[in-house]
Amino acid sequence: MTDFQDIWTYLSSEPLLWLTATLAAYVIGDALFQASGKRAYINPVLIAVILLAIALTLSGTTYETYFNGAKFVHFMLGPATVCLAVPLYLNLRQVGKSIIPMLVALIVGPITAIGTALGIAYAFGIRGEVLLSLAPKSVTAPVAMGISESIGGSPTLTAVMVILTGITGAIVCTPLLNALKITDYRARGFAVGLTSHGIGTARAFQVNETAGTFAGVGMGANALATAILVPLLLTLF
Amino acid sequence: MISHLTVILGLQLLGEVITRALGLPLPGPVLGMVFFLVLLVLRPAFADAIKSTAQGLLAHLSLLFVPAGVGVVGHIKTLGSDVGVILLAIIISTIAAIVVSVYAFTLTAKLMGQSND
Repeated sequence: MTDFQDIWTYLSSEPLLWLTATLAAYVIGDALFQASGKRAYINPVLIAVILLAIALTLSGTTYETYFNGAKFVHFMLGPATVCLAVPLYLNLRQVGKSIIPMLVALIVGPITAIGTALGIAYAFGIRGEVLLSLAPKSVTAPVAMGISESIGGSPTLTAVMVILTGITGAIVCTPLLNALKITDYRARGFAVGLTSHGIGTARAFQVNETAGTFAGVGMGANALATAILVPLLLTLF
Repeated sequence: MISHLTVILGLQLLGEVITRALGLPLPGPVLGMVFFLVLLVLRPAFADAIKSTAQGLLAHLSLLFVPAGVGVVGHIKTLGSDVGVILLAIIISTIAAIVVSVYAFTLTAKLMGQSND
């Protein structure tokens, strides 16, 4: 009989344990989400992240060791983004006739996202690198980190703010848009994807394919819009 | 299945190479998505074949953000005493941006005489 220490040595050096744990944590999060009757505030990503953070802390595992297993899941983000073309293609006619409403939202939405975030943080005394890192938070992580670096922010801080923005958007969007009695799922999806990138888009796909499709378009379009708008808006601060 | 994955990864690869070569402010996979869309428009029969692979990958899009989310937990303390203000700024600005974008979209659609659904 091998003692536990030997088994742990194997498990902590191989990707299997934390890859399995990542899937298991998500399965639990998703089961709770389904059991709640798909309530937006029971967010499967948030639940999985909390469970895994607890597991890492209790087992004294570093993020590097964890990511050695979780990277296989993380890697699939790229191919999944490419696959957003499929719902887009299937709904192309509907997307085509929405070009003008999308363009209008694409101008005022990012300005609101960047302006209010910088305004509030500035009013509470945030300056310098932290303030700059906040500006591109509504954009998908790789682009946001690139923008952050180019304006003198910290890409790592920006990545944290991007994820927090995504989770916030995914949690607030459904109750907020229901309270406003918005029934146009093109507009609902586009607003959520534009504001909270991939995590918002994932949430929109849980609601329906129209919302998900428009969220994907919003996410892609805002990557460009924010890259252009952030340097312009920063001249005001 | 494998041939479909090869096409998807190949388009991502093409997107990554081109965005880097031209220095575009766009992630490689987003450009890959644009190429994929062009391919589907040109070859509609291919859309039927690859639909199930793509939709399978998208069905659990949320899962794919879990590793990055776990990374954030470790970095939250780098925000130090600013964490409260940053969270407040993120929550208010996210709500404001959703509200403004959704009304910008619906009011423009209404002005254009489009239906609400």
